[in-house]
Amino acid sequence: MDWLNAVVQGTLLGGLYALFAAGLSLIFGVMRLVNIGHGDLIVLAAYLGLTVTTATGMHPLFALIVVVPTMAVIGYVLQRGLLNQTLGDDLLPPLLVTFGLSVILQNGLLEIYSADPQKLEAGALETASFAVGGLNLGVLPVLTFAVAVAVIWGLQWTFYHTALGRAFRAVSDNQDIAQLMGLNRRHIFGVAMALALGVTAIAGILLGIRTSFDPSIGGGRLIFGFEAVIIGGLGNLWGTLAGGVILGVAQTVGAKIDPGWQVLSGHIAFLIILAIRPNGLFPRISA
Amino acid sequence: MPEPILQIQALDAHYGDFQALYGVDMEVSEGEVLAIIGSNGAGKTTLMRSITGLLSNGPSQIKYRSEDISGLRADEVAMRGLAMVPEGRQLFPSLSVRENLMIGAQVGRKGPWTLDEVYKLFPILDERKDQQSTSLSGGQQQMVAIGRALMANPDLILFDEISLGLAPIIIKDIYDALPGIIGEGMSAIIVEQDISKALSVSSRVYCLQEGRVSLEGASDTVSREDISRAYFGIE
Amino acid sequence: MTLQDYHVTRSSNAARVAAILGALALVILVAAPWWAGRADMRLMGELFLYLALASLWNLMAGYAGLVSVGQQAFVGFGGYMLFALTMFAGLHPIAAIVCAGVLGALVSIPVAVLIFRLRGAYFAIGTWVIAEVFRLGFAQISSLGGGSGSSLPVAIVKSLASKRAMRESLSYWLALGAAVIVVTAVYLFLRSRKGLALTAIRDNELAAGSLGIDIWRTKFIVYVVTSALTAMIGALIFLQKLRISPDAAFSVNDWTAFVIFIVVIGGIGTIEGPIIGTLVFFALRETLADLGTIYLIVLGVVAIVMMLKAPKGIWGLIRSRFDLQLFPLGYRVIAPGKSDKS
Repeated sequence: MDWLNAVVQGTLLGGLYALFAAGLSLIFGVMRLVNIGHGDLIVLAAYLGLTVTTATGMHPLFALIVVVPTMAVIGYVLQRGLLNQTLGDDLLPPLLVTFGLSVILQNGLLEIYSADPQKLEAGALETASFAVGGLNLGVLPVLTFAVAVAVIWGLQWTFYHTALGRAFRAVSDNQDIAQLMGLNRRHIFGVAMALALGVTAIAGILLGIRTSFDPSIGGGRLIFGFEAVIIGGLGNLWGTLAGGVILGVAQTVGAKIDPGWQVLSGHIAFLIILAIRPNGLFPRISA
Repeated sequence: MPEPILQIQALDAHYGDFQALYGVDMEVSEGEVLAIIGSNGAGKTTLMRSITGLLSNGPSQIKYRSEDISGLRADEVAMRGLAMVPEGRQLFPSLSVRENLMIGAQVGRKGPWTLDEVYKLFPILDERKDQQSTSLSGGQQQMVAIGRALMANPDLILFDEISLGLAPIIIKDIYDALPGIIGEGMSAIIVEQDISKALSVSSRVYCLQEGRVSLEGASDTVSREDISRAYFGIE
Repeated sequence: MTLQDYHVTRSSNAARVAAILGALALVILVAAPWWAGRADMRLMGELFLYLALASLWNLMAGYAGLVSVGQQAFVGFGGYMLFALTMFAGLHPIAAIVCAGVLGALVSIPVAVLIFRLRGAYFAIGTWVIAEVFRLGFAQISSLGGGSGSSLPVAIVKSLASKRAMRESLSYWLALGAAVIVVTAVYLFLRSRKGLALTAIRDNELAAGSLGIDIWRTKFIVYVVTSALTAMIGALIFLQKLRISPDAAFSVNDWTAFVIFIVVIGGIGTIEGPIIGTLVFFALRETLADLGTIYLIVLGVVAIVMMLKAPKGIWGLIRSRFDLQLFPLGYRVIAPGKSDKS
């Protein structure tokens, strides 16, 4: 039963990792950009949530109404103002610019909020739980997982059933020809980044309710998201969810063996999958 | 002479240190079908890329309906009613046939061409509308590429090497369909290596040779000798 | 003017002058224990080690196209090997440093096989995962102090040299020697056939492959050699610090972020770049370090602006203006009557 519990808790934790990963997966799919600052943007969203909740006394989930659009605007401006300039055949500029961005964000947050760990206060939601077949499930982890499924379903639907999604895919296929169809790729990329950071905002708030955070944890969140993307297979959003779940289960089962092994066993699971299935479990596009 | 829809003046084009076009002058009148011929590397595709805004140009080298479009991005040029059927078709592989056509309408211009009209022109596309575009035959893909350009309801449509890589019978079908397509008051530029096909559908012809205009004339009066001289550069 | 009047040369007056000045500077630097204070020597020692790290990262990213953000894996690994080998195997610290290099090479082989499956930016994050695995792994080893780390026992420190002044001089010379060896090794490597292959791959991977250059193997060799040398530098760094902990040993900021900024600011893909970058980095650090986090933000902004506006760094700007190459790698054609101008 203990083991089953670890697997179930890990699955639910995987929902959070899938949310970390969804934004990465989206922007890689549309513009082949890998954002090293992604984890720090998740942390930024958590801090924005902190500022909103402390200023207004709002529940952190309601703070999403403010934080999601704010992050989306940041995403659009960031993409059009900075990241669009780095796109091209050369790999170095996007990598090094987003790496620089990561350092700026991390130290900017340190300057504003200090290194003290913070948490978003969500009242009863943090501890509420219910019993299912002998297992005790936290309301927050279940909610997180449900949100992850909804977000990925929403992204998938946007990608395959809307004009915006069509534009995303067209630009991803062939930027020049898409441009001939009247699509301004710089704008499309901006919208993709806005959408990605909107999802990141949700991830950041849920992270902040679940655990305490400080400005230094961004790198770790980037790595979890990245591992979920690679395990699931590039360009496959449902695969990303599966990747998040596998990572989450590996961590909770590892922690069950030895609490010090939680994060390490997640990394090891990732490396094993990389060794056996280098393209991930459900690949759709090649990198 | 009717008002020109497109005016090109002293157009140069470069790829890095390599100059591909030298002072090209060209005019397309309203409703006219123009053919551009020339051998491989003569600069035909470069010219198309310059007109559509995929290559950046010097100031006031290209005017569309008297507006200088030289500095505009490709999407801004497309919005003004200029569409292209690109060389090699270049459909979007991750879009279905229907989506490929729909994305042509992205510019949001009103006009006679709708999804239904395109399906009427090429009924096979209606049958295949939910397939991935890459699963179609070469000729069917060319139909999608033409349909995609028509969906923009352009005033000027550019056909870049539409017979390239297709079977002669398919080429014939597509060229038979062309008058019905262009007949609706559209102007067109047809870029071709197949000279007789190009002459048969056009009213005027330009020949490019090593990035320069080597011949300009009415399609029904230019002589074979003039063309081969302009085409191959043999005196 | 016939073709015979032209000649091809690798050398130039600038390079010869640079070589003489470099030798002179080296003599002065070797003599530092007789003219510099203790604090200055410590600072210069640190500078040399950063120069070595930057030159190695530049070889990987600037020449082999292997952009790693996980070199801290090997810095920390080398540091921990120094501690483990001296404490448990009783090795002399200098022998331990050499062994750390060999072990670093051995460990990097399976790592390379695994992460070479990732392309481009995903390769970069993959290297970071490896570094995290190392960090978390070493934190589990309780005999090395677990998560809180350990100090180098006094007896081992004394085995290096009994007098403190001598130890400090020795550790300074080791750092200087490491920097000279690394920069020279990178230079000679790039001049060799393998180096030529590397430059060909960087310029055009597809064409290089069709010329029969085994791209995977060439990159693999670069990765293993770089990892071994990085591990040795790591051992030297923690021989200076005398204390190690997982967070310090595998710090992404200290051993990768700063190194990347040094290379980008100085000029990626040139040998001179890391040298200039290191000097600029230390000058900035010594003047702005009091600002703390603001200093890091400034560094990040400078690196971004540099990458966008001058992707070849400070050295690139200098070279485009003066046609200089202090470490002559390329050949130049000299026309008759003109001396030393390509």
